[in-house]
Amino acid sequence: MNVEDLYEKLRNIQEPRGYYFNKDKDFVHELLRGLLANKERYGYMACPCRLASGDRENDADIICPCAYREPDVLEYGACYCHLYVSKEWNEDKTPHVAVPERRPPEKIK
Amino acid sequence: MADEPDVKVYALSTCGHCKNAKKLLDECDVSYDAVEVDLLSGDQRQAILEEVKELNPRCSFPTIRIGEKVIVGYKEDEIKEALGIS
Repeated sequence: MNVEDLYEKLRNIQEPRGYYFNKDKDFVHELLRGLLANKERYGYMACPCRLASGDRENDADIICPCAYREPDVLEYGACYCHLYVSKEWNEDKTPHVAVPERRPPEKIK
Repeated sequence: MADEPDVKVYALSTCGHCKNAKKLLDECDVSYDAVEVDLLSGDQRQAILEEVKELNPRCSFPTIRIGEKVIVGYKEDEIKEALGIS
């Protein structure tokens, strides 16, 4: 699947749920390339901004969309990668900040 | 520049924030050492992970060491401040 198809496919699924792609399309494409690369090398779309272990069970929490997206978007208006954001974030009504990592460090190996 | 701080970036090859951090350092004309941890394996990977955890117990990326300072995440202002660039 190429990046543009993945973009459309995911957008149609996620926007109705209130998760919008970052308005910076180049940035999003970069992250989607990361997801496709991770699908290729690990067999699952591990988060492009987290170190996957290669063990799907261990990484279940960071298979995109990750388990931390909901609390991150609620609190910061964006997920850890800034891939998925709120409507307000895209309208610059929410400050764009680096989202702190919620994932327990012992899972990173 | 004699007093240019020693800079090391621990990054992931697929991470947008990591790319932005390296781009910022390039734009600031700063030389740095970068390691893409997801491209490592075995003992080398474990050694680097220990190195990251010492600087940043969360072991998240990017982790950027600028001299003695450690910046976790792509934080443009903090990076520039640590570089002594206003």
